[in-house]
Amino acid sequence: MLEIFQYGFMRNALAAGVLVSFACGIIGTYVVINRIVFLSGGIAHAAYGGIGLGYFLGINPIIGAIVFSLGASLGMGMVHRKTGERSDTIIGVMWAIGMAIGIIFLDMSPGYKADLMSYLFGSILAVPTSDLIIMLVLNVVILVLVALYYKELQAISFDETFAFVVNVPVNRLYLMLVCLVGLTVVMTMRIVGLIMVIALLTMPPAIAGLFVKDMKRMMGLSILLSILFTFVGLLLSYYLNLTSGATIILVAGVSYFISFMGKNQLRNRKKKTETNTVEA
Amino acid sequence: MDKQIDKQPVIEIKNVWVSYDTQTVLEDINLTVYESDFIGLIGPNGGGKTTLLKALLGLLEPSSGSIRIMGKSVAEGRCHIGYVPQYIEFDRQFPIRVWEVVQMGLLGCRKPFTRLSTAEREVIDYALEQVDMAGLSQRPIGELSGGQRQRVYIARALTSNPQILLLDEPTASVDPQVAGIIYDLLKRINQSVTILMVSHDMNAVSSYVKTIGCLNRRMHYHGSKEVTQEMMNAIYECPIDLIAHGLPHRVLSPHESEGENHA
Repeated sequence: MLEIFQYGFMRNALAAGVLVSFACGIIGTYVVINRIVFLSGGIAHAAYGGIGLGYFLGINPIIGAIVFSLGASLGMGMVHRKTGERSDTIIGVMWAIGMAIGIIFLDMSPGYKADLMSYLFGSILAVPTSDLIIMLVLNVVILVLVALYYKELQAISFDETFAFVVNVPVNRLYLMLVCLVGLTVVMTMRIVGLIMVIALLTMPPAIAGLFVKDMKRMMGLSILLSILFTFVGLLLSYYLNLTSGATIILVAGVSYFISFMGKNQLRNRKKKTETNTVEA
Repeated sequence: MDKQIDKQPVIEIKNVWVSYDTQTVLEDINLTVYESDFIGLIGPNGGGKTTLLKALLGLLEPSSGSIRIMGKSVAEGRCHIGYVPQYIEFDRQFPIRVWEVVQMGLLGCRKPFTRLSTAEREVIDYALEQVDMAGLSQRPIGELSGGQRQRVYIARALTSNPQILLLDEPTASVDPQVAGIIYDLLKRINQSVTILMVSHDMNAVSSYVKTIGCLNRRMHYHGSKEVTQEMMNAIYECPIDLIAHGLPHRVLSPHESEGENHA
């Protein structure tokens, strides 16, 4: 079983899995508790515009994606803050336009574009070392900012109005948070593809949230779950010869439903024992 | 009225108008809150109570008029305000502990990215003790009852060592017994902190506050606890049982045996 670790691409894949799990566990927790899953999806698809631009300009598409996703994060974040109710419509519009820009840029780029599908469906088996370094840097940025602003981010997530009243810079912190979401999305895109980015960003924290009621623990558990899902998914895809991104997501998805049902079962049993005690 | 002579005004609202789009919600509001006041503002839903609080907290800008808090602008002065928001349905799954909720009260006045000092930790512990919630400080907030949660929000407001406590319907959706506990707590806090509270529950309010004001687009406040018929007319179209106010009165219909005695 361990022979797969002899391949350099497999070691890179596992390293990428670990790096992305750290980002997804931490930022995904904020995405889930702030209910900005749709906004994250919008950022992911708008980032595709940056990939197209990268090809067009002949630079590393990841750099283009980072620029576009940060732009999209700021734009959508501001829309989300300012417009209130109808923000999802505008986010949907930006989502579609970003995607379209990417495709048009690719149409205009000369040459071979076979690598393109890897951004849609992920290419964890083809992550070059240069991308690993970019991921590592992004991870450090995320860890440092979240560690510095942990209390403030928790406050604006829980009760934004109160945070504003006690003069916490709510707007700036919120935009910082969506930018971190954007960076995480770019990283995750490499592993599972932009179409399934949301899965890795939401499912591990959602499972963790079922079992722990403490934000730090929720992040920690999400990271562990995310690493577990990528490793198991990667192994399965290797031995069953399946698309790695989709396999990782299905492993996460199945785990999500099992934990959801398991949790309900536990709760029902608890309730039953409680009523029994009351009756007795 | 002479009680106000030696007291400092803490909130001064002068000729404040607020409108949303074209609809005027507050008309020419004038109100001065003095140190150690305990004012209950009553009024119908949609009468502008919450809007007035929002203006006081700088959450919305009045169309005209001025608001001063401790002689400062709203953005600076609200540092002296402890705000207790209206009970809202929130995400019960939210991963935050009671202690962390109370900690929020300290965030504005301190540098970010520093650990809490021992003194700050003591402030949080003390605030929790004041509202009798120290024992539950490590509980997730979603596991508390409505009354307990309200006490946690009061503790959160107290951590910033406020001069003024601003409460929006503190007893909405808690049962009357719990409401009593909360009002007793507020009365105790009022020994050192000025309180301004809005509520639509007039009977509960009137037995605890020092003075009552009425708000229905316009402010009716005379610095007294008396609710005049003029105020009532301004506020409620339907008649309200003023006689019952503060007096023991019969709620249930007489027993049949009593009816026989009459006959």
